[in-house]
Amino acid sequence: MSEPVENRTPNVHGSDERGPVAAATLTPTSDLRPGPSRRAWRRFRSNKPALLGAGYLGAWVLLVILWPLGLGVLGELGPRSAAIAAVYAPDQLSDTQFSPPTAGHWFGTDAHGRDVFSRVVYGAQVSLLVGVVGACVSLVIGVLWGAIAGYCGGRVDSLMMRIVDILYSLPSLIFVIVLLTTLGEWLRQSHFVQQSPTLAKELRLLLLFVGLGAVSWLTMARIVRGQVLSLRTRPFVEASRALGAGPLRILGRHIIPNVLGVVVVYLTLTVPAIVLYESFLSFLGLGIQPPMASWGSLLAEGVNQINPIRIYWWLIGFPGGVLVSALLALNFVGDGLRDAWDVRSQT
Amino acid sequence: MFCVLQGAFVCGCFHRDPPADVTIMNGAEPESLDPAVVTGIPEMRITKALFEGLTRLDAHTARPVPGLAERWDVSPDGRVYTFHLRTNAVWSTGDPITSADVVWSWLRALNPATAGDYAGQLFCIQGAEDYYNGKLKSRGQLGIRAVDAHTLRADLNLPVPFFLDVCAFPALAVVPRTAIEKYGDRWLHAEPLPTSGAFTLGDWRLNSRVRLLRNPRYWDAAHTASGIIDLLPIGSANTALNLYQTGAADIVWDKDLVPFELLDVLMKRPDFHTFDFLGTCFFRFNTTRAPFNDPRVRRAFALATDRRRLVKKLFPTGEKPAFHFVPDSTANYHPPDGLPFDPAQARQLLAAAGFVNGKTFPGVQYAFPAAAGGAGNVQGKIAVELQQMWRDGLGVNVELRQIERKIFYNAQSRLDYDLSASSWVADYDDPNTFLDLFTANSGNNRTGWKNARYDDLIRRADLQTDTARRAEFFRRAEEILVNDEAPIVPLYFFEGFNYFDPEKIEGIWQNALDEHPLQYIRKIRRRASDGGGAPNHP
Amino acid sequence: MHFLKRLAYTPLLLLVISLLAFLMVHAAPGGPFDRERSPASPEIRRQMEAAYHLDEPLWKQWLRYLGLVWEKDQAGHWRHAPASWDISLRYRNHSVGDIITQAFPVSLLLGALAFGFAMGVGLPVGFWSAARRGGWQDQLGSFFALFVVCVPGFAIAPVLILIFAVKWRLLPVALWGSPLHAILPTLALGLYYAGKVARLLREGMLSTMTAEFITAARAKGLSETSLLLKHAFRLAVLPVVSYSGPLIAELLTGSFVIENIFQIPGLGVYFVNSSLNLDYTVTVALAVLYAALLIFLNLAVDFTYTLLDPRVNYE
Repeated sequence: MSEPVENRTPNVHGSDERGPVAAATLTPTSDLRPGPSRRAWRRFRSNKPALLGAGYLGAWVLLVILWPLGLGVLGELGPRSAAIAAVYAPDQLSDTQFSPPTAGHWFGTDAHGRDVFSRVVYGAQVSLLVGVVGACVSLVIGVLWGAIAGYCGGRVDSLMMRIVDILYSLPSLIFVIVLLTTLGEWLRQSHFVQQSPTLAKELRLLLLFVGLGAVSWLTMARIVRGQVLSLRTRPFVEASRALGAGPLRILGRHIIPNVLGVVVVYLTLTVPAIVLYESFLSFLGLGIQPPMASWGSLLAEGVNQINPIRIYWWLIGFPGGVLVSALLALNFVGDGLRDAWDVRSQT
Repeated sequence: MFCVLQGAFVCGCFHRDPPADVTIMNGAEPESLDPAVVTGIPEMRITKALFEGLTRLDAHTARPVPGLAERWDVSPDGRVYTFHLRTNAVWSTGDPITSADVVWSWLRALNPATAGDYAGQLFCIQGAEDYYNGKLKSRGQLGIRAVDAHTLRADLNLPVPFFLDVCAFPALAVVPRTAIEKYGDRWLHAEPLPTSGAFTLGDWRLNSRVRLLRNPRYWDAAHTASGIIDLLPIGSANTALNLYQTGAADIVWDKDLVPFELLDVLMKRPDFHTFDFLGTCFFRFNTTRAPFNDPRVRRAFALATDRRRLVKKLFPTGEKPAFHFVPDSTANYHPPDGLPFDPAQARQLLAAAGFVNGKTFPGVQYAFPAAAGGAGNVQGKIAVELQQMWRDGLGVNVELRQIERKIFYNAQSRLDYDLSASSWVADYDDPNTFLDLFTANSGNNRTGWKNARYDDLIRRADLQTDTARRAEFFRRAEEILVNDEAPIVPLYFFEGFNYFDPEKIEGIWQNALDEHPLQYIRKIRRRASDGGGAPNHP
Repeated sequence: MHFLKRLAYTPLLLLVISLLAFLMVHAAPGGPFDRERSPASPEIRRQMEAAYHLDEPLWKQWLRYLGLVWEKDQAGHWRHAPASWDISLRYRNHSVGDIITQAFPVSLLLGALAFGFAMGVGLPVGFWSAARRGGWQDQLGSFFALFVVCVPGFAIAPVLILIFAVKWRLLPVALWGSPLHAILPTLALGLYYAGKVARLLREGMLSTMTAEFITAARAKGLSETSLLLKHAFRLAVLPVVSYSGPLIAELLTGSFVIENIFQIPGLGVYFVNSSLNLDYTVTVALAVLYAALLIFLNLAVDFTYTLLDPRVNYE
């Protein structure tokens, strides 16, 4: 893999609806009793890999929450346990550099003598956060954009979709690099950020959310627009309209529940794509900044150590294994949800 | 079937060249090979092989020796240099090189339209700066004159003791007027390209290689050791090491191509060479912003920086910790001691400045440039270590901020930072190349620090012709820089590194400027049948 | 007609894209001449920017970029100022045209190889796992396809180098220059896309095989193999075809990671380096090149669609 490619639809002049992604179709299920969500959930539960993936991810989330908490509690108990806690603090440097995995350091230590396990846990926090928040940013922009375009139709629709086409044709890499660097400097110099030290500290993370979300919303917008466009003219919507339902009721009762499935499925598949993209940016030196870490930056650091003379395998193996397994789990969950909702998209 | 077709197609797309005699991993891709324009060390190595100046640097000592000029006379006050050009110096196309060529090349370097970063190298010549700025009334006021076809006279503003070193600098090299006037910016693609140095340009493909061919008409061609030299641009230390280990390259030389994590192993190998190198890694304070406008705070940070520990952790047995700015091995100089590691005194100073135990210390950021994609992030590692030292020693939490290179340097020159990672490598072997940086008008000051006494000492040193007294002025200036005022904190002195097998390669000698003229480098051949360095795949 | 109309739109679209890219790169703080060392006097820096017209207002630079500026020369005559789109600000001895003509063929070759690999591996794997749906072959194939999609290229490439080039010395470590040099980069680049293609095809096959006409054909007693190959595959490959457009555009414009790790003089490194080094003209040229490729390829894909699937009609 190189730069992760989003699926791009063939019709750059997206005025016609028959683009393969926009063609992601969905069985209209509003008229079925058990409700689409409940039925989907039942199907999802019978999908073993998806359940396993969800469990694995849940375990990581727990670890991400409990590990710092545990260290914090340990730090409060007394001087001896505080010393132990300090050893596992992800930013605590020590003289035991490049120690292979031992009972004290399960994943070994890195170039600065930091505990790799702790860094992987903190990296999980950043990676998962970037993935989820980035996907949510793309969700908000994409759904709003797509829904407005699809619902309004006509001129508005074609103008909005033309903008999507143009952004699609820009190389996403150039877009992300310029966005991260330019926006970063602008924000940093803004009065708002300079007044607030916490904001300045988390600026990079914030930028990654925005930047990664900004390149991922295009596909979402197209999918949602296609859905809304086709749903608008479906018989059950027409019937509802004929019965005197207002636009809000139609949106709430018919369109949103039906779009929801596709959106959720696409969202879960966007998360691993963004996690992967973040790791790629880390390799470029554009991702998260030291001393913070993400799975991608840890792996990029480890890969930099591959050479014919001496290899610190634990710096590659553990971050790499965790990253790949988490991406697998995310994809299992995404695939599971897609099957459960019976969405025929081709992401 | 498909595979066979694809294979045949692929074979057709590669063309074979004769193998090079020597293959060198040369660091970053040259942005330019125009001597008046180049700024980086890797590209300067190549331009020096293509275009020679009046002098060149000796391969052993890096001191200036005759180049295109056979000899020179210096007036007693050290301000007038008369160069006598070699009568046997010709372009690679066969035309003679005359003093008119030299004058034209220097004027071109001084022409704003050439847009060379290093035009300032010529500003020590009378009237040169005014000429550059278009303020000179007549050409006659400029101190560059062709006396006759083979004699050139240069009048200087000051008795610059390192003027002969400056003459060896690429910006003052002699370049072909005909090709430049005909082809403009793309003149290096001229066929044939007249060169004045030991090599001609055989091939230049971006991100792939620069191929140099021996120039048979070079005045010293008898001593050119290799016929074809390939210089490959390599960005990552590990790739360079891999290529070297598998025999695809004979020599690896560049500061950025050394995997620091492996130094402890590499240092023990016979094909790994180190030498003192005139370069310093340091960081700058922005002295125009609180809290670093207070010298006590700056000195506290300097005292709390444990450079020995930094070097020991990051560069095992490699770089040397620096407590002063000008490297020890600089010619004619004895540097001052600088501030030691003394956290207790650092805390006292910080308390005196109003920050007891680092409390109430404002949020400050340490800025450093991002490493290019795939390259080892040395500046990032230094930043992480420094952050911890200041947290432990001063109780101050400094934020780290990694910035893309261009934006980083822009912010640094605009003084838009608190603390900023920096390094400096000597242009010539003299303390002036380092200490001139922090004079009030220097474009490379970038700290906002101005000190009249410092400027005065540097000026007096520049005017001084006596070596010992000159060194003393410089030393007193540096004392202000690293002890009293501390607008910068030196971290470590660069060590030069390269690897090549001395059993197989000869003609490389180690010196403090990392100067290795390509013309003397050759592969030692035991058997005539030995091929080139790169593995040959049929 | 539909395709002609889209083709006619293309120049306008490209112009808008170039303007957008131009504005974006110029919005970045700093400039191409910001370096670790400043010139000796600020005047030199000012003159350098003037030499490349970076001191002009942005609208004028844009016009100059397109070659739409006329200036009075010293004699007072109006003269056409040369277009600036061809001048690289970083590689000043090379024109933008030089850079693209040197690097594009390399990326073209590597991209074609990787595309061949992705299709050559992805299609059989996808087909096979769909044909053996639910069996261990399916599980193996699907897992392989998913796995390669989940491993970042910057991790795969060094591991491949370590095993095949450094440990076993079978293949060159890096560089470009012989067919052997192309093997590892093709693998490292193609694996990810092979996984994508396999997943697309498998999913396409599974959804087609439930279609009515397949059931009907099966009822007629057609053998399973010919059913899969002749009927299901033809429809199931459609998503792969539509994915090919962006995939080829992506592959042909090179991959930063692979070119960086293998030291290949392709186009991919410029996408990153020119935008990081604020080499404005190269960045804009690359954006336009990529967009043109993408638009053209998507047209080609849609055209192929009408050939493969008679149900599609764009008119």
